[in-house]
Amino acid sequence: MQISIAQLLTIFISAVFVYNVILSRFLGLCSFIAISKETKPALAMSFAVMFVIVMSSILTWFIYRYLLIPFNLTYLRTISFILVIATFVQLVEMAIRKFAPALYRFFGIYLPLITVNCAVLGVAVLNVDMFFLNGKALPGSFVYSLFQGICVGLGYTLAMLLMSGIRERLDLCNVPKPVKDFPLAFVIASIMSLAFMGFNGFKF
Amino acid sequence: MKKLIGEFLKGLIKENPTFVLALGLCPTLAVSVSVSNGIGMGIAATFVLIGSNMIISLVKNIIPDKIRIPCFIVIIATFVTITELFMKAYSPALDRALGIYVPLIVVNCIVLGRAEAFAQKQSVLSSIFDALGMGLGFTLALILISSIREFIGAGKILGFTLIKGFEPVFVLGMPSGALLVIGLLLAFFNLLKMRKTCK
Repeated sequence: MQISIAQLLTIFISAVFVYNVILSRFLGLCSFIAISKETKPALAMSFAVMFVIVMSSILTWFIYRYLLIPFNLTYLRTISFILVIATFVQLVEMAIRKFAPALYRFFGIYLPLITVNCAVLGVAVLNVDMFFLNGKALPGSFVYSLFQGICVGLGYTLAMLLMSGIRERLDLCNVPKPVKDFPLAFVIASIMSLAFMGFNGFKF
Repeated sequence: MKKLIGEFLKGLIKENPTFVLALGLCPTLAVSVSVSNGIGMGIAATFVLIGSNMIISLVKNIIPDKIRIPCFIVIIATFVTITELFMKAYSPALDRALGIYVPLIVVNCIVLGRAEAFAQKQSVLSSIFDALGMGLGFTLALILISSIREFIGAGKILGFTLIKGFEPVFVLGMPSGALLVIGLLLAFFNLLKMRKTCK
């Protein structure tokens, strides 16, 4: 198994900046708009999403590699992935509630929302598209999948932090009524996305 | 019959899934680069909506309340897989253009939202009409956004040049253009709503 540092760096730059999950791929947009009003819940949501994305990248890689490919069931990809993710999120929620009530209070309500967060399923599908070719795992695909999961989570956190910082300040401003809340959030996101376009063309 | 038509019509404007309920925005933004992509996505989502709404309202009495969400997701995912395979077989070009957003119909909030809010309580026939209306409303919203973006961003609609010598604004074809268009459209619909309540 060979893992090249250049490949890892490319994954990092493209997942965090160039193809940022939210600002360029539009995954997890609902949670991005809904929970980015204040920094603290935004951060909690980001960590929860990051954790679930990383764990689901690991789980779905094993399922795809050792269950779907050997039995020639790759067409069941969508069904199996979403089931695994939903079950996993449910399990985590139960475990956290039992063993760490403080943590549960910190991001308890955001966990069930993550099941229907497109970013999680999106990364799982993306990993399969990128690191499997014609039903065969490319060399080092497990490490790459895991790393891509972490980087996408980082990108989500970055966008979330920036957005919540801006919106906290905007609370004090006087904006026209029809633009208030969601429309304004979209326009800000658009300007942020424009800024992120500047990262285009970064290559190693 | 009148009730069925009412279920159908409410999805088009009064409870339009995109502009009024603000559901399922991720695919709306991602695929609205061109009108043909928008229509393709709309039809795919409508098919999934109709299928899942129908099956869910058929089996609503068998499913235990506590595990209903996983059951719904499996039903929805089945229809999404059917759509995926159909699209791969009959229009590979569209499949390539929509990319990962086809499997992501599973997590489109419109589908699960309608299952949860409508299909699990109503009869089969009205669920189908509800799905048809919501699907069409979604498709209309997609056509609106994608025609704005394709016209200004590429100077074309469905691949045809409308005005000769029109210099396209490329930013609207980019991700940031999508966010800008949807933000301004939402503001516009808010303004209309406020005008209405003022009178």
